[in-house]
Amino acid sequence: MWVRQISIFLENKSGRLAAVTRLLADHGFNIRALSIADTSDFGILRLIVNEPARAYQVLKDAGFTVSETEVLAVEVPDRPGGLAGVLDLLNSAGTNIEYLYAFVSKSAENALVLLKVENLEKAVEVLTANGVTVPDYRVVHQI
Amino acid sequence: MYWNKEMECMPPEQRRKLQLERLQNLVRRVYENVPHYQRVLREAGIRPGDVQSLDDLAHLPFTTKDDLRRTYPFGLFATPLQNTVRVHASSGTTGKPTVVGYTRQDVDTWSEVMARTLSCAGTKQDDVVQIAYGYGLFTGGLGVHYGAEKIGATVVPVSVGNTKRQIMLMQDFGTTVLACTPSYALHLAEVLEESGADRSRIRLRVGVFGAEPWTQQLGREIENKLNVVAIDIFGLSEIIGPGVASECLYNAGLHLFDDHFLPEIIDPETGRQLPPGEEGELVITTLTKEAFPLIRYRTRDITRLFVEPCPCGRTHVRMSKIMGRTDDMLIIRGVNVFPSQVESALLEIGQAEPHYLLVVDRSGPLDQLEIWVEVSEKVFADEVRRLEALGKTIQREIEGTLGIGVKVKLVEPKTIERSQGKAKRVVDKRDVYNKNQ
Repeated sequence: MWVRQISIFLENKSGRLAAVTRLLADHGFNIRALSIADTSDFGILRLIVNEPARAYQVLKDAGFTVSETEVLAVEVPDRPGGLAGVLDLLNSAGTNIEYLYAFVSKSAENALVLLKVENLEKAVEVLTANGVTVPDYRVVHQI
Repeated sequence: MYWNKEMECMPPEQRRKLQLERLQNLVRRVYENVPHYQRVLREAGIRPGDVQSLDDLAHLPFTTKDDLRRTYPFGLFATPLQNTVRVHASSGTTGKPTVVGYTRQDVDTWSEVMARTLSCAGTKQDDVVQIAYGYGLFTGGLGVHYGAEKIGATVVPVSVGNTKRQIMLMQDFGTTVLACTPSYALHLAEVLEESGADRSRIRLRVGVFGAEPWTQQLGREIENKLNVVAIDIFGLSEIIGPGVASECLYNAGLHLFDDHFLPEIIDPETGRQLPPGEEGELVITTLTKEAFPLIRYRTRDITRLFVEPCPCGRTHVRMSKIMGRTDDMLIIRGVNVFPSQVESALLEIGQAEPHYLLVVDRSGPLDQLEIWVEVSEKVFADEVRRLEALGKTIQREIEGTLGIGVKVKLVEPKTIERSQGKAKRVVDKRDVYNKNQ
């Protein structure tokens, strides 16, 4: 199973991000990672939480436009060139990256990065063959 | 200044006789030549010979925009297509336009009523008339064109747009009469102001403004900025185009050329005729049109009629400036826009049960139409470029349907107010009917 990211459509106006985080807090979700892609009119909030299925339902019931996306979590050596090495591997395998963002990681040696790629299987294959660790979704969601 | 004094100043009693003759002839013509009218007249129990007085008009069935749509494109034509020398069309609510046709005689009638309209504005043979209405399927440009030519004025058929060039031509040709939509006139005035052009070379005297409703205040603003007299002209393509009614230089209501177009005011709810002076829906019967005659066409425009004589001497019935609409039609930069057109465009893209709102504003002189569309789960994508592409697709589809430029704004679900019953689809910040006064 892949890491499940929740994406939420937000208008670019004050208080919208706070509304989402307050709702998640009230329902006891822990936000493990987050990023926002924005334009002048709207934004897309992307979240990794501990219980994605339930969070999806809670957000949907509250009237937000939500979708689920499968993404890839990759351990990246926490030193200069760590991320570059991983991206080089994906690039040489012809895997296109839609977007990526970093994880709030407590582990010391490695940083955790989330990647949205076109072909998950192929990406994992390339990375693991070259000794990069792709942690299990349970580790990422902290289940 | 009259174009056709005999007709324009005819004693009312004599005109009523003429109207009755023409009405009787019209009912006979449509009964014999248009299957739709034969059917609806039969259903109403009316034979052509039954029309004995103008009061009998009230017994005739109405014609609606829906009838025009159902018979698209030529179903209501009363003459063979080979006798039709011209067609025009207006934008339709379901993608199909409303088509109207003209015989050679109809084009002459149209030129006649437009010559009267321009004469109402004081246009003479030695005037230079710059026509900045759109040319094409829209009736505005060609309608004014034929009327101005009939008068023998010098016609500059520049069409709409390219404002700097309009100003240059205006100076170089010595334009005295400007014909365009009031919002374009205001735009032109502001560009003129900004450009710092030599005002002494502008010889404009009068503006003939129509195709969209405008308030007295907007008229005064244009008059001050362009140093012209603003004349409100009224028409609709279904009836003939521009040339149905026009203000004269006394600015005291619009003279409706009722030897060709027989008007009534009805209660839009009950369909009952209302007496002069009362406000209601304008209904028009085309007395002389050959190719595309209409009986009791419901214009959906709200106004009132009055019969008191005008100081100018014309005896035509007069109508007030349009006060509103009975439907949710918007007129934006002279183009008719229905919310249902936006809805069908959204359905086309695959937005099931689309929630949308049309926000119209006059930011600067020109009307801006912004369309808010709620992003449903069905179309939501996790990538910015796909959402932006969605916005562009919606924009293209709507622009293709409406024929005017729009801005599309993607909004969160439930942003647009849900109302009990009829959904609120329009926020019009322009106050074109002067309701906030």
